[in-house]
Amino acid sequence: MAANPSTTADAPTGAFELKAAAFTLPVIRLLGVDMDAVAEQLGAKVEQAPDFFHNTPVVIDLSGLAAGTGDVEFPLLVGLLRGYGMIPVGVRGGTPAQQAAAEAMELAILGDAFVRRPRPGAPERAAPAPAQPAPKPEARPAAPTFTLVTKPVRSGQRVYAAGGDLSVVAPVSSGAELMADGNIHVYGPLRGRAIAGLKGNTEARIFCQDLQAELVSVAGHYRVSENIPEALKGAPVQIYLDHEVLRIEKF
Amino acid sequence: MARIIVITSGKGGVGKTTTSAALAMGLAQRGHRTAVIDFDVGLRNLDLIMGCERRVVYDFVNVINGEASLNQALIRDKRCDSLYILPASQTRDKEALTKEGVGKVLEELSQGFDFIVCDSPAGIEHGATMAMYYADDAVVVTNPEVSSVRDSDRMLGILSSKSRRAETNAEPIREFLLLSRYDPARVANGEMLSVEDVQEILSLDLLGVIPESRAVLNASNAGVPVILDGESDAGKAYGDAVARYLGEQVPHRFLTVQKKGFFSRLFGG
Repeated sequence: MAANPSTTADAPTGAFELKAAAFTLPVIRLLGVDMDAVAEQLGAKVEQAPDFFHNTPVVIDLSGLAAGTGDVEFPLLVGLLRGYGMIPVGVRGGTPAQQAAAEAMELAILGDAFVRRPRPGAPERAAPAPAQPAPKPEARPAAPTFTLVTKPVRSGQRVYAAGGDLSVVAPVSSGAELMADGNIHVYGPLRGRAIAGLKGNTEARIFCQDLQAELVSVAGHYRVSENIPEALKGAPVQIYLDHEVLRIEKF
Repeated sequence: MARIIVITSGKGGVGKTTTSAALAMGLAQRGHRTAVIDFDVGLRNLDLIMGCERRVVYDFVNVINGEASLNQALIRDKRCDSLYILPASQTRDKEALTKEGVGKVLEELSQGFDFIVCDSPAGIEHGATMAMYYADDAVVVTNPEVSSVRDSDRMLGILSSKSRRAETNAEPIREFLLLSRYDPARVANGEMLSVEDVQEILSLDLLGVIPESRAVLNASNAGVPVILDGESDAGKAYGDAVARYLGEQVPHRFLTVQKKGFFSRLFGG
């Protein structure tokens, strides 16, 4: 029961596994060292899409700086980025002196082509947006805290609410997939899959009015339709983790 | 500007081409200038159902490639002056349809027609997505069985995410459900999904329910759109569907088992 449907991480041996993974991160390519100018431009950018930058790891690229442009004021720059909600994780390119200054700010030195030393604390980036049933910009995962879907989620469609809750006020067809880092609420028949707490939040719950799901999962603990008691089918329920056990409870 | 209607389903063999022919003929009979396009490049069928297979000179792909003009390729129906058929190419494949080419042809047709009916191929691949990309309205043809319903559901998802209207954030495509090959007797026996079952799963406006009918195969073999068989239940049901599409309130018929009288039993009516 304690397996993740996508990774099947059962039979744990040891406290962790060491794995490699590639992430796509936004890169801020510095073209000058005037932090006032950077601040001004950054402010304007963030204003356009405040949610996009929230809690987003970024890499500072120094390769665009001309030789002998002087020192990059890393404390100022890191403070600036953090102030806008970004998480600076490393630098790329630059002179040895600049890299030493970056390292002093606990920034990783990243290779040109690949991530050589990913910071263990760097949060995983959201997977690219799956097909959205509602092609409205506000339904895109760029809005990290809350996603609302008002149209039926059809077979083959996937909706991912990155960083927050997902509410669906329409039917979810069999063959459709709902995923959220937080809770999932379905006000209509849930016939597809619902995966709450995608990144391991064990507090996440699934609430639905009419449970006919193919699969429900909270933080990797899942149940397929076959293992859902008949008495709970078609009923309004909440699904949550109780000491590593997935519970389906009728309202 | 013409209204572009795609007849689609995902699954094959559910009655897309029969429906395209019937709806196009129904609209044309009411005086609307209508063109019906076969998007099933390589598996051309619409010309057979429309009974114009012996008059095909140029086709849709010729027009896209600029080898023929639209007027050269369009075939005027002999039974109805307002109806034109643009046949598919039998010797090419779906890749011959390009988004730009299809867009250009539809744009040109839009100038002279009220309705353009696009007969989609089965599947969700290139041919089907080309047929639905420019649509304003979609008629999803579904048989009352689970695999057809699921495929329709998948197609509805694609309609709402991969069409031009979805990509440009325009008003979404109007979607209608057309249930075909409906057999009330089998529904009553629990052997077939009911209208309510299908509607509950797909939650769509019901454009019509076409009963399973021998008239459909006869009409296809004869190359006459079944809507012209006004005596048959399928023909009447398609007539109702056209009326509903045009905004008329028509009650649904043929949903319950027809009690056969003594004489009709005797004479096989």
